[in-house]
Amino acid sequence: MGANESGYIGQSLRRKEDRRFLTGAGQYTDDVTLPHQTHAYFVRSPHAHAKIRSIDTSKAAKAPGVVAIYTGGDLEGVGGLPCGWLITSVDGTPMKEPPHPVLAKGKVRHVGDQVALVVAETRNQAKDAAELVDVDYEVLPAVTNPVEALAPGAPQIHDEAPGNHCYTWALGDKGAVDAAFAKAAHVTKLDLVNNRLIPNAIEPRAALASHSASDDSYTLYVTSQNPHVERLLMAAFVLGLPEHKLRVIAPDVGGGFGSKIYLYAEETALVWASKRVGRPIKWVAERSESFLTDAHGRDHVTHAELALDKDGRFLAMRVNTTAAMGAYLSTFASCIPTILYATLLAGQYTTPAIHCEVKAAFTNTAPVDAYRGAGRPEATYVVERIVREAAVEMGIAQDEIRRRNFIRTFPYQTPVALMYDTGNYDQTLDGASELADVKGFTARKAEAAKRGKLRGLGYSSYIEACGLAPSNIAGALGARAGLFEAGQVRVNPTGSVTVFTGSHSHGQGHETTFAQIVATRLGIPVDNVDVVHGDTGRVAFGMGTYGSRSLAVGGTAIVKALDKIVGKGRKIAAHLLEAAESDIEFKDGKFTVAGTDRSKTFGEIALTAYVPHNYPLDKLEPGLDETAFYDPTNFTFPAGTHICEVEIDPDTGVVEVVRFSACDDFGNIVNPMIVEGQVHGGLTQGIGQALLEACVYDPESGQLLTGSYMDYAMPRADDVPSYQVSTRVTPCTVNPLGTKGCGEAGAIGSPPALINAVLDALAPVGVTHLDMPATPHRVWQAIQSAKAAA
Amino acid sequence: MYAVEYQKAKSATEASGLIAKSGGKALAGGQSLIAAMKLRLAQPGTLVDLAGIPELAGIRVEGGALAIGAMTRHADIASAAEVKRTIPALAALAEGIGDRQVRNMGTIGGSLANNDPAADWPAAVLGLGATVVTHKRRIAADDFFKGMYETALAADEIITAVSFPTPKKAAYAKFPNPASRFALVGVFVAQLGDGSVRVAVTGAAPSVFRAASLEAALAKSFTPDAAKAARVDAAGLNNDLHASAAYRAHLVPVIASRAVAAA
Amino acid sequence: MGIAISMTVNGAAVSAEIDPRTLLVDFLRVNLGLTGTHVGCDTAQCGACTIHLDGRAVKACNLLALQANGAKVTTIEGLAGNGDLHPMQAAFKECHGLQCGFCTPGMVMSAIDLVQRHPGADEATIRAQLEGNLCRCTGYHNIVKAVQQGAAAMSR
Repeated sequence: MGANESGYIGQSLRRKEDRRFLTGAGQYTDDVTLPHQTHAYFVRSPHAHAKIRSIDTSKAAKAPGVVAIYTGGDLEGVGGLPCGWLITSVDGTPMKEPPHPVLAKGKVRHVGDQVALVVAETRNQAKDAAELVDVDYEVLPAVTNPVEALAPGAPQIHDEAPGNHCYTWALGDKGAVDAAFAKAAHVTKLDLVNNRLIPNAIEPRAALASHSASDDSYTLYVTSQNPHVERLLMAAFVLGLPEHKLRVIAPDVGGGFGSKIYLYAEETALVWASKRVGRPIKWVAERSESFLTDAHGRDHVTHAELALDKDGRFLAMRVNTTAAMGAYLSTFASCIPTILYATLLAGQYTTPAIHCEVKAAFTNTAPVDAYRGAGRPEATYVVERIVREAAVEMGIAQDEIRRRNFIRTFPYQTPVALMYDTGNYDQTLDGASELADVKGFTARKAEAAKRGKLRGLGYSSYIEACGLAPSNIAGALGARAGLFEAGQVRVNPTGSVTVFTGSHSHGQGHETTFAQIVATRLGIPVDNVDVVHGDTGRVAFGMGTYGSRSLAVGGTAIVKALDKIVGKGRKIAAHLLEAAESDIEFKDGKFTVAGTDRSKTFGEIALTAYVPHNYPLDKLEPGLDETAFYDPTNFTFPAGTHICEVEIDPDTGVVEVVRFSACDDFGNIVNPMIVEGQVHGGLTQGIGQALLEACVYDPESGQLLTGSYMDYAMPRADDVPSYQVSTRVTPCTVNPLGTKGCGEAGAIGSPPALINAVLDALAPVGVTHLDMPATPHRVWQAIQSAKAAA
Repeated sequence: MYAVEYQKAKSATEASGLIAKSGGKALAGGQSLIAAMKLRLAQPGTLVDLAGIPELAGIRVEGGALAIGAMTRHADIASAAEVKRTIPALAALAEGIGDRQVRNMGTIGGSLANNDPAADWPAAVLGLGATVVTHKRRIAADDFFKGMYETALAADEIITAVSFPTPKKAAYAKFPNPASRFALVGVFVAQLGDGSVRVAVTGAAPSVFRAASLEAALAKSFTPDAAKAARVDAAGLNNDLHASAAYRAHLVPVIASRAVAAA
Repeated sequence: MGIAISMTVNGAAVSAEIDPRTLLVDFLRVNLGLTGTHVGCDTAQCGACTIHLDGRAVKACNLLALQANGAKVTTIEGLAGNGDLHPMQAAFKECHGLQCGFCTPGMVMSAIDLVQRHPGADEATIRAQLEGNLCRCTGYHNIVKAVQQGAAAMSR
């Protein structure tokens, strides 16, 4: 499909899925009730690190309503939860992959680690009984910070990972980087912490597992972003079940942001137990459990250096990062601070030499994995923070230093393995500057100063690699799975269409966007297209939704299936119209013999395919139902510039985001309304990271200190401004839709823009460094320290 | 939540009797109590619901004082014409408690009996020198707040109303905890009818307290600048994840000055 | 252990015998099957469970069902009449004020109460008054627009 084909493409259609959500008719996992179902509650470790001396379930087993209680010892023959990406250390050794038991065996390694599963008639009864499970712990010293975890003498978390070391990985030409630094006119150095975050999808994780004795099959309803991957991992790698005997349904899912990609212990234990109990089992996380056990995000400690020539052109960058893995390797944990991080360190710039070394450490915390952006926000934070510091140190304007270093010829091979296909970074910087009214900033700053407030402006010109991913490249980099997507277009006899996609919508609006693509291509009303997703029993296969991949990869799979539908339709039309297939044109829902007015509508062709009375049955099968698998040839590269303006109250340290402008290039856009919504949400999560959110563990006890909304600051409506967003388009050359992806951009671009703005505002009072989040307390302390130093 | 018995009382005296008998706890709006029970941090055994007891309802202007029934919900105080007319600071404070849904359910009496160290009402009661009226006595504000979650109330004593003297000027300003939105520091300032000044601080310490240095400074000059110039000792203030004691000590005069400006 | 309870939910009289510790939200979801009211946290902060109790927005997760004994309760399922969306529901759709839909029922119920309590609220007031409802998807931008548009439609 061409970029300019009209139809529904580019229209802000209101969403097809909204009516059910707005009337309370959505079906989320906890809304599903099965006859005779039981309820599960997990006994969890209150300690960050302890040996389990013994577990006594006898008292709990006698509690009212208890159906069954299981501990790690009961799970004979059940494997550990696997990690889907092998990272190889610089010395050639594979990363350390200690077991990740479904229920703890002998030891617990973070607060919240699951120790026992209690199944009872009601949730309250399960929870009451769980309190009676007597676990005798021998508490061990804990370590929660990744740098401290790698230090000599740190508590040893896994026998299989000496020194808590998972891997040391590197990318780039170290020799070239060292040589470039040796001749640099200026070197900027920066130490950064990328704060640990807790994803906090508003729907807590949940699962409902049942077993059918009649055919020894299982059905699992679960809050998942990728039900097929969940099924594959659970069946083949953990429970040893035939894949066709497990149906995984991810119905309406209330937000994911990465946290629902992974195979978790809870749903695995439920599936296993459902056969033993002989009744369905439901588990719904309490929010406190979500805080303790959802995979967290970020948690990097980084030292970075940028070498520049006398004119502010980047010569080389050197980055050393220590990344936390948490207590166990979550499904994609290992690839986040490596493959999805170091490869993005070129940013939008022509930096010719880059070297990055990453050390990954086990810590006594919840596992860390992909969270909106996943590696790319961390990379962008390093690049855009150090670019800002370099510009300040060299006296170059923030926009100017970026322009001096922008990549302008495409395709562009970066020194960190990626090949950018297309882009135009000047135009997104121009666009953001317009939205932000940069010209008027000086006057606004002066006006704020009169009121005793400090104003600052911060830039971030980000890039991300999306459209995950070319399977061959991913495989060479350690992926243990393919990263294609599948799409099926089923034309019903009356010409309506059901689309089955392996992508999963948990807020992204696929039911609308994908229908727009299909309706446009087939020339039929969008109401005649329904999109089905999230059910291994209905959708052929799928790799799911993450990494801003759904439209670029999942959408393209549907386009490829549409190609087949149209191709077959042309054959049928040629037969009916007694013309050569090569003479049949398909446009606006009609198959026409070129140069004539002889045509058949799409509906007529569909009916013919299913009522093949006059049909070339010797050459063509009846029916009109096509499936395509699409494996992309390259990543896609959304990019843009975000400009943040803040006003700081020096009396209290409160940072107010007074203006936030984002100009993004996502390639072609199918539904601008949905794209803007994705940007707004991403920006708010990025602003949340930079301004409010921090997951904090007590360094001694390993207790989670931010274990509820009382202590973990979620962005609320009055924490953020109304946004100014716009887009520029350089069509992606990788896929036929020309689309790049928009889901993560907001969360990737915004944190450095905000911190750069805060530092700009605080420069007059002598503050030169601040780590996220810029809480009032932290800003006030920075001001006091600067005053004391002056 | 642990298992619990539920009873409903028709009068404060009956409620007190039921509590004494069961060893249970009074249930007002439940916005703190139910939340604590859900987390299994509270296990009262029996709840005695005070909803619908006539003597705990209503807002009355009585001479130079404003009496607010204990079961009056924050939202109703915020919008009550009598409150807005006589002590608008109380309406404004009520409008800033928790969130709108909590204000629609939570009550002034429940908040005072709970005495959360970061609650707003204790600052108003102490700041105005109000009187807490129970079903058997009247307790002066200075005698009511005993410590973190501790008050002068007996276990079976039911607050029926709070009587606030009408001040010359009063206002409350709150600096919220970025996460919970409870007061990290909340300051109630009042200049009373006799010209005396009271300043009560919530959120900053284990319990609401009067800030002597601010009272002295504002007694001399009831101005924002005077408040801001005052110093508060960090010793004894809360020191936690969200704010050091030093930061809180710094914030008290700053927030007090904003309250004075609004008074 | 069971204790009798009756109330009016979305215009219909309901009664049951319940465990006293039953939260209103569980009574609605489990006993009545009204699963449009959601639970997103355990500290009464996210607001996904917001319903109307005698016409006022409250958090159904932070209330015993018995506290609503004899009351009139409206849930998200009770808003749309004769198949027509309530003006606030329609505004959320029109303004793309929802993504995953999980916070949406609570957000809509809260928004209606907001407008009733603060007619003509400006953007700053709307943002401040949404303090009791968390959304992780939309960044609130379009929710604020929806509340403004819904308020205008409700006043017509």
